[in-house]
Amino acid sequence: MAPALRILKPGLLTTVQDLGRRGYQHLGVAVSGALDPVSLRAANALVGNAPGTGALEVAYVGPTFVVEADSVQLACVGAGASIEVLPDETAADGIKIAGMQTFRVRRGQVVRIGALHDSAVLYVAVEGGFAIEPVLGSVSTFARGGLGGWQGRALTSGDVLPLLLDRASDRGEFRLEGLNLSRPARYRAILGPQNAFFSERAIRGLFESEYTVKSESDRMAFLLDGQKLDHVAGFDIVSDGIAMGSIQVPGHGQPIVLMADRQTTGGYPKVATVISADLPALGRVRIGETIAFEAIGIEEAQDLRRKHLLEIDSIQGRVVPLTRSVEDITAHLFASNLISGAIDAHCAYAD
Amino acid sequence: MLALGQGLGALHLDGIIETVPTTRSLSVYYEPMSISTAALQGHIVDILDNLRGTTVTGRSWDIPICYDSDFAPDLGEVAERCNLSPNQVIELHSSVTYHVYMLGFLPGLAYLGDLPEALALSRRTAPRPRIPAGSLGIGGRMTCIYPMDTPCGWHLIGRSPVALWDQRLENGAILTAGDKVTFKPVSLREYERARAESTVAAPHMQSTH
Repeated sequence: MAPALRILKPGLLTTVQDLGRRGYQHLGVAVSGALDPVSLRAANALVGNAPGTGALEVAYVGPTFVVEADSVQLACVGAGASIEVLPDETAADGIKIAGMQTFRVRRGQVVRIGALHDSAVLYVAVEGGFAIEPVLGSVSTFARGGLGGWQGRALTSGDVLPLLLDRASDRGEFRLEGLNLSRPARYRAILGPQNAFFSERAIRGLFESEYTVKSESDRMAFLLDGQKLDHVAGFDIVSDGIAMGSIQVPGHGQPIVLMADRQTTGGYPKVATVISADLPALGRVRIGETIAFEAIGIEEAQDLRRKHLLEIDSIQGRVVPLTRSVEDITAHLFASNLISGAIDAHCAYAD
Repeated sequence: MLALGQGLGALHLDGIIETVPTTRSLSVYYEPMSISTAALQGHIVDILDNLRGTTVTGRSWDIPICYDSDFAPDLGEVAERCNLSPNQVIELHSSVTYHVYMLGFLPGLAYLGDLPEALALSRRTAPRPRIPAGSLGIGGRMTCIYPMDTPCGWHLIGRSPVALWDQRLENGAILTAGDKVTFKPVSLREYERARAESTVAAPHMQSTH
């Protein structure tokens, strides 16, 4: 049997994503890719994959899947969540697994990821990656266009995702040290390209007030609710290109931030654009959260991008070998069925 | 915009990620760590200075369209609002050669213009939540064929039996900006036959040069 992960429960919105589909926007193809590429890169680094290898992007509620390979090495990076390994499909309880580090799961065992807290997305990387054919150079799922990822859509129960490796290698276990996944108090943005469509007062309002991320928000766009931006020059422009982070304002005056699955072109004026260095953090923002913006110049934005790229370069160096703690050994004993109940960790270690 | 995009592409500059032409602008996505904003602006000004009189040559396509009432839920309303008969709408729509201005919104979705002024209407007040792939829409001075099922606010007056997006092709999209398109009215029977033969565009669409 070909190695695979079989999905028992898909979670709220679990898709295969990599670093996006570049070079096809002129054909109307959205870039897509991970909402938080920093976490994706870190998850891949933990399991020894190239940074842009496709992984599962989990949003809000995680999936449950059974391993149909001799063994797999996995790592979860991003939002905090309950991650458990269960002995088989019938088991009710399992062993808790920590995020931000690798773990191994054997054939027939089940991985169950619960509700995400503190941020919107979590990435599950598998050593070797998925055996999925790229579409236009990428395995990212673009669900609205029905292309890429697993059959061009989010995962559903019963999906069998083929893996590249039959069994995990003996590369050892690793954890991440000091990866910064915090979010800024204000998301920095540069004005334009169509800020001339708005009054100075409207632009001040954008940068001096706070906005709530509305529940209709998704991978395509964050719809914001807050201070209205009045147009002074109408709200119909002839369509032009839309970058990730573009803040466009339709006729109703409430801003919309365009995200990974954004349309390639659009006809509403864009008052400002969130800088690339702040986009991974923006991708972690949850529905219902309040965000604010700060205007900066293009030179400062490029300087921040330089620093951001250095931070990305540092990810590989943050992957350090895992030395088992007392708690880990307890978990290990559970996994081996050497003990059958909850006992004091120190006793288990002493045995 | 197309010529500028092609000119920029021909320079093979490091740091240019991709360019997206629209009717009013060319978006250039670039890596500022590889090419400075000033250097990129310099190249763009140079290209623009040398553009005068350049035309981009594209391919020409005949695309079959079935304007049968089954596929044209808005034909009656369009005719009424334009003070024309449904047949006059069809004749007008298929009488001109359209220019592919840009692709956007969905993979392979080409914006074709200019729609004859007599057919120019604002969008529907209530967009449809889902229309079938192949639907032919008009809105403003543009017309387009939707390559996949999608929500849509344009007026639907026909359907094409050929797919305009096929991810088995190298680029996926059949049409590219700069191409020319004419529509050839076909009967419901011809539509069904074309559908049955293949969903791939190439065999049915003739590139006239």
